[in-house]
This record gives sequence, structure tokens and C-alpha cells, in this order.
Amino acid sequence: MPRHTPLFDAHVALGARMVDFGGWEMPLHYGSQIDEHHQVRRHAGLFDVSHMLSLDLTGPRVTDFLRHLLANDVARLNRDGTALYTCMLNERGGVVDDLIVYRLDNLRYRLVVNAATAAGDENWIRSRNAAGTFDLEIAARRDLAMIAVQGPRAREVLTTIRPYTVNTVNGLGRFEVVELPWALVARTGYTGEDGFELTVPAGAATGLWNDLLQAGAKPCGLGARDTLRLEAGMNLYGTDMDDTVSPFECGLRWTVDLSPGRDFVGRMALEQAHPAAGQVGLRLLDKGVLRSHMRVRTASGEGTVTSGTFSPTLGFSIALARVPLEGSHPPMPGTSVEVEVRDKWLSAVIVKPPFVRNGKSLLVPPPACG
Amino acid sequence: MSNPPDRKYAATHEWVRSEADGTVTLGITHTAQEMLGDIVFVGDAKVGATLAAGETAAVVESVKAASDIYAPVAAEVIAFNAELEAEPQRLNEKPFDTWILRLRPANPADLAGLLDAAGYEAAVGAA
Repeated sequence: MPRHTPLFDAHVALGARMVDFGGWEMPLHYGSQIDEHHQVRRHAGLFDVSHMLSLDLTGPRVTDFLRHLLANDVARLNRDGTALYTCMLNERGGVVDDLIVYRLDNLRYRLVVNAATAAGDENWIRSRNAAGTFDLEIAARRDLAMIAVQGPRAREVLTTIRPYTVNTVNGLGRFEVVELPWALVARTGYTGEDGFELTVPAGAATGLWNDLLQAGAKPCGLGARDTLRLEAGMNLYGTDMDDTVSPFECGLRWTVDLSPGRDFVGRMALEQAHPAAGQVGLRLLDKGVLRSHMRVRTASGEGTVTSGTFSPTLGFSIALARVPLEGSHPPMPGTSVEVEVRDKWLSAVIVKPPFVRNGKSLLVPPPACG
Repeated sequence: MSNPPDRKYAATHEWVRSEADGTVTLGITHTAQEMLGDIVFVGDAKVGATLAAGETAAVVESVKAASDIYAPVAAEVIAFNAELEAEPQRLNEKPFDTWILRLRPANPADLAGLLDAAGYEAAVGAA
């Protein structure tokens, strides 16, 4: 049986086309995926992200535990109400999951993890504390729902439905979070636009969803979520990386804190590793659509597209790819490569992600092509 | 949207309509475009090729997926609707008024073996 979020009936009532996603029956789109994509880039879109799991970790040594568990260093969260994007690695340096960790206070953190990996993550985290040395309480919060409101008008929508939060919301910096009586409000997202992720008790989800719709935000499905995150140069777990891929091979080196003096799971493997491949962005110059698993031919060998799509904002196809390094780095932006699309080798050029931020293309004009 | 009775259908969601000059035009059904979602590319048309029934004649790509268009009967591909290069979304907007390929069947009698509208609906379980 597929699992349903508390907003399932609301999606069906809105005419959503539902699909399986990691065991959850979720909206793919509510009519047009491209319209929903543009809605988020230009106005405000709503996403049900209740399939993701909130894991609350509490205890006197919770900070020490997370500094051991996670590849980024939660000690960077030097005050309550701040958040960090990080990988959780296995001993081989492979990515068990990528997640956002919120410091609610210095004894209490929340990890928001991917839906498909949630059960495995919880077991993994519990196993890291099997000896009980960290004196932790770990709570999987399936009693909660999460709604993302994203886009240039997200702030306006949020302060319209909850006018008394205007000062709080306006004071919230990027990757900051605040606990209000009605919701946990985080200024985070997965679209490359400004926006908020709101976590509420499951029973309050439909009311909040309807309020946000009434304030002008449009419902958006997983289809638009995927094209938005790819334009924003953000990885999708299970596609752009998995537990056999190190953060160095999937463009996430920036999330790994190798400052001396902290022993985290996977560190030794990362320090001894000699990665042979790295992540690049691709722009297709010929007509067609790049898709995952397509072969990429570069001067230093063959790589693979990990995520590809047609970019609604840019009007051509883009992709993330893992390609062989040239020396210690992947090929530079501007380098020509070829991608095998349906038995033909098409021309593409390496670009530096993100492709789009805050509604605007970040790509320099392309080289002339014949 | 109902499937027009003036043409034949394949279970793989193509429609073909006989034209006055003895050729047929080929497109995709409303059901097909609905399953694909927003269409962003139509191409790789095998113009000039002589295909057996069931061979790939072109490709339609939506944001989500690529889908082959098959020759429903043995035929020569004689034209591709070049308007679709700039406006692939026409296949979403007006699937039954938008042709993709023009074909010359090797044996026009083969068309009789395709599905009629009711047969297509029964085959795909769609109205």
C-alpha cells in the first residue's frame, strides 16, 4: 500500500495526477508541470513535502553526536534557530543521505531527511548511538506535516495568512528557523527561489494548505520540484548520488568540513580517497532533452548524466553529470563535450551550476554553434 | 476528450488519418499527451525512411520522459511537421488537430487492421 501524507485528499480534490515516489503517493502535477515551474519562479508555489521525515535528536551531548554523525560541522550553528545543509556518510565516505539540520536549541536539533531513505536513516542514526554513549533521545516525527511555499511572493503569501508574524518572518535570514506556536518556520527550500518550509501538526496541514492557496499560492507537484531544483543546481538523492558516491564526486565538497580535530563518520575514507570523477553542469547545444544515465564523452574519458531535463526557465536542456577529472578538477566551464542521446552524439558545453537563481539565468551567453 | 471517429488508432497511442492524396497523417492521441505531460521536443523524424510496422518513426519528449512514435503500418515517412520544432506544446493543446508525420503506406489495406475509436478506447481503457 502506498503511503499518504495528511494532504492526500487535498491533492485529489485539486485534480492532481498522483505518482509513486519512494513508496508515497504524491502529486506529480495539477495540470501543467511547466506552468507550476513558472509559478514558483515568478510568483509563489506550494509543495507538500510531508513525505520527508523530521527526526528530532535531544540530549546533553547531542552536539557532539551530530559532529560525529555528519560531514558538515554543526558547531558552525553557533546560535539557536540556524540551519545547515550536510551529507551523512558511511565509513567508506559514500553518501547515506543529504539533509538539513536545524539547531532548535543547544540540546535539541531537527534533521529533515529524504522520504525514500527515511527508515534507513533512522536505523543508521540509532546504530551510531548503539552503545548509548551519547545519551540521546531520537524521535521520528511522523505526526508532522511540511509545506514549502516558494517563490518571489512567498513572503507576501505567508504574511497575508498570518499577519501577526510579519516582523518575525521579515527578520528571518536564509537558513534560519523560528518556532512559532502554529508552525516551525524555516527559510529554506529546494527551488533556487526565496521561500519558507512550514512544519505543522498533521491535523493542521489542510487548513494551512487552504489558507496558502487562498492567499494566491498555486499548488505545485514533484515534476516542477525536480525541474526547479535542477535549474538551481541542487542534487537529488538516489539520482545524483547514493551510498557508493562520495561528496567529492557529486559536487558537494563544499558541504564537507575537514577542519582538523573532528572525527566524523567517513572522514578517514575521504582523506585517503583519490576521486576519479567530479560533477559538472551541462547545457545541450543541439535540440533534444538530456536524461539520467546518458553517456558523456569528454577529452579525458567517458562520464554519465546523473540528472537531466528540459529547463522551462532557459528553454533548452540542462543536466548534472559525473565526468572524469582532468588532473585534479573536472573539465572547465566552456569545454565542449558530447552526450549520447538516442544513438546520436549531440553537442553540449560544460557550465557551472546553478543554472538559475531567483528567476534569472546565471549562464553566460553560449558559444556560437553551427 | 473523445477520440474522433474519422481516423484509425494504434494501441501505442498514435492516430492516423487518410488524406485525399492517398497518404496518411499521423499524430498522438489526447490520452497520449495527457500521460506524457508538457511536451518540449518533437523530432528525430525518419523522413525518407521506409519502415516496417512497429518501427520507430520519431520521438516526442515531455519534461518527464521520452516516448517513441511508431509507424502503425509499413510505410515510407514523407514529411515531418516542422511547426512542431518551435511549438511542441501544440501536441498538448490540440492533439487531434496536430499532425507529426505524413506517411505513404506500403499497402493501404493495412490501415483496415488498425483500431477504430471504440476499439482504441477499449484497448487503452480510456474515453
